[in-house]
Amino acid sequence: MNLNIDIKDEGKKSIVQLSGEIDVYTAPALRDKLIPLTEKAGHKIKIDLENISYLDSTGLGVFINAYKSSKQHNSIIEIIHVKDRVLRLFQVTGLHEIMNVVPK
Amino acid sequence: MQNIGKDTQIYTEMLEKFLQTNDEKYLMKAKVMSSSFVNRNIFPEEIVRIHMKAMDSIYGETAGEYKQSLQFLLESLIAYRVANSKFEQLNTERLELKSEIQVAANMQKTLLKTEIPTYKTLDIGAISVPYRQLNGDYYHFTEGEDGILNFGIADVIGKGVPAALSMSMIKYAMDIFYDESMCPPTVLRNLNHIVERNVTANIFITMLFGQYNLATNVFKFASAGHEPGFIYRKETDRYEEMEAKGIVLGVVKKAQYEEYTLEIEVGDSIILLTDGVTECKRGDRFITKQELIEVIQKFSHLSAQKQVESVYNYFKQMEDFQLKDDFTLLIIKRFV
Repeated sequence: MNLNIDIKDEGKKSIVQLSGEIDVYTAPALRDKLIPLTEKAGHKIKIDLENISYLDSTGLGVFINAYKSSKQHNSIIEIIHVKDRVLRLFQVTGLHEIMNVVPK
Repeated sequence: MQNIGKDTQIYTEMLEKFLQTNDEKYLMKAKVMSSSFVNRNIFPEEIVRIHMKAMDSIYGETAGEYKQSLQFLLESLIAYRVANSKFEQLNTERLELKSEIQVAANMQKTLLKTEIPTYKTLDIGAISVPYRQLNGDYYHFTEGEDGILNFGIADVIGKGVPAALSMSMIKYAMDIFYDESMCPPTVLRNLNHIVERNVTANIFITMLFGQYNLATNVFKFASAGHEPGFIYRKETDRYEEMEAKGIVLGVVKKAQYEEYTLEIEVGDSIILLTDGVTECKRGDRFITKQELIEVIQKFSHLSAQKQVESVYNYFKQMEDFQLKDDFTLLIIKRFV
């Protein structure tokens, strides 16, 4: 039940590489790192879910949070390399229609 | 300190006699004395100090390695006692918290209580089991005067106390805002408005709201990002996945929801669930939709209430089963 969060900052862009599981235990740490990135106007954040094996609804809550924060602060979030099981969660909740979610 | 001085004197006498006679009755007396120290808040390191003074007074000032070793023991005991008292304090706080959560859980049960209605034509069963003490899932039934059965099933994204409290708000919002003339999309649109404005940024709710017309057996529903359920069709003996689109409550300000309509025939069932059911794990893998359907089917000869309970118990009794989230399952069967 571990989550590795690796953030590379490149000027106005950040690439967030995640690996492991995003669940009720690991979600708070992700929230703490992700939300400040969304609070910079004009900032682009790419979140790579290629190595995420599990995402539960608490984890999904972090992405909704980040999305709302990005709307409020005029930053841009893109979630990339989303695998089937995780993608289904974005689809069921209707979030794929408002968020930038790119399947693998 | 006077008391300690007196204690030291008594201890010295006991120790001296014990060393001379090796008689266990002195040891027993020392034990009684130690026990009385607990009530008087005298810590173990104080006993070592008393022991050191006693040895000095029996043998004269003892010096060297032996005395140093006792000093060493004394410091170790002080550290132990400090750590132990912190541990006990945390433990007390943990127990207090646990009992407060238990109170909240009981309160929640009372607040969210819903009666399952009974009909001549429908058989309804419902189970909702929290992952921990508080439940982030919720279902409810209300009966309209116009022969309409309204029901909702909801799941708060996020766990624990804030999630549970939000659910109570949803229930009361429904009680206040619900109007029998409202169609499912309108009910969800109103709830979205309430959640978006009133709940903290971290909490979102998925919900499926349905209306079953008892006269026409038409089932209308709308979904706010909720896990789709199934319709069992007697004619084909198959479980069809319900399809419904719609955004989770609380994410966007002006959400629109679609209405879906299904006709329910005699022998059909409506199966609604939360993601705690579909996200159950067996060992390292998630149960598949097919496995879930097979288990639901296995108990389909029972009454709806027995069926939902049996499905839950079936999973619970599996050796490598892990519940990852709150588990809620509703089954509505049309039998006439």
